[in-house]
Amino acid sequence: MKVKVIVTPKETVLDPQGAAVREAMQHLGFSAARDVRIGRYLEIELEGDAGAHEPKLRELCRELLSNPVIEDYRLEMPNESK
Amino acid sequence: MKFAIVQFPGSNCDQDCLAALRGIKGIEADYVWHKETSLREWDAIVLPGGFSYGDYLRCGAIARFSPIMRAVVEDAHAGKLVIGICNGFQILCEAGLLPGALVRNRSLHFVCDMVTTRVEVADTPFARGMPVGTLLRLPVAHGEGCYFAGEATLRELNERQQIVLRYCDARGNITPAANPNGSLENIAGICNGAGNVFGLMPHPDRACDERLGSADGARIFQAMLGADATNRAAA
Repeated sequence: MKVKVIVTPKETVLDPQGAAVREAMQHLGFSAARDVRIGRYLEIELEGDAGAHEPKLRELCRELLSNPVIEDYRLEMPNESK
Repeated sequence: MKFAIVQFPGSNCDQDCLAALRGIKGIEADYVWHKETSLREWDAIVLPGGFSYGDYLRCGAIARFSPIMRAVVEDAHAGKLVIGICNGFQILCEAGLLPGALVRNRSLHFVCDMVTTRVEVADTPFARGMPVGTLLRLPVAHGEGCYFAGEATLRELNERQQIVLRYCDARGNITPAANPNGSLENIAGICNGAGNVFGLMPHPDRACDERLGSADGARIFQAMLGADATNRAAA
């Protein structure tokens, strides 16, 4: 079973990388991008029931996978009905 | 005074630290591998610069969970002097021993340069004997040295006099032009609330000999030596 973690810089944190990419988009004639934020995407292959691991996964998101001072995270659990 | 220089996989300023520290009379220094679990026999701890764990995930994010870090945190809470230089500063922030975080330089460029920093606090073991306004010329070499903290943390750092060094121009003026990485309020180095844990992006270890362009870095280590002597005398 696979869970996904998406880590993004907090709104209040400047993201110069995102700004540089947005600028490059403009150079390519795409001016509709108002803001670009660059984060990190993790796929974690799990053994067993994903739901049972959720509390620990959330802890890992806070402690290791993201830095709460500068980043937000989103943990996407697999859809159990599938 | 005995300094432990913690070596993580990817540390690359450990030798600079060893050479710099051993060059100062009264200081002994040795390496301690990150798999060790005790730092009891040491009087001070150095987390050197480099790219621990290849900067994977975030700078310092994985080193923070090395076995030795439990001892670093314990000893820091017990009042031992801890200095984190560059990647060491990033590790201290990740470990929660210092507030805030170091993010990508605002310019996106790796900066490798000699900078001037100004001592902002007199009453710290890391700048003992240096009046506020003392200028230290130190080299920087980093890609993620932009200090960031939330508004409340920043206010607290100012109120509690935890901002030890700021980037400044040659005359000591804190200007945007003198800021090499976009750090908030030109912050180059901060200490914890208790004052015994210090993190800075510039490299005092690379500025301990006039032949290298500056010997100002040695003043920081000498300050630590002086603080240690005072503590011993008081004990």
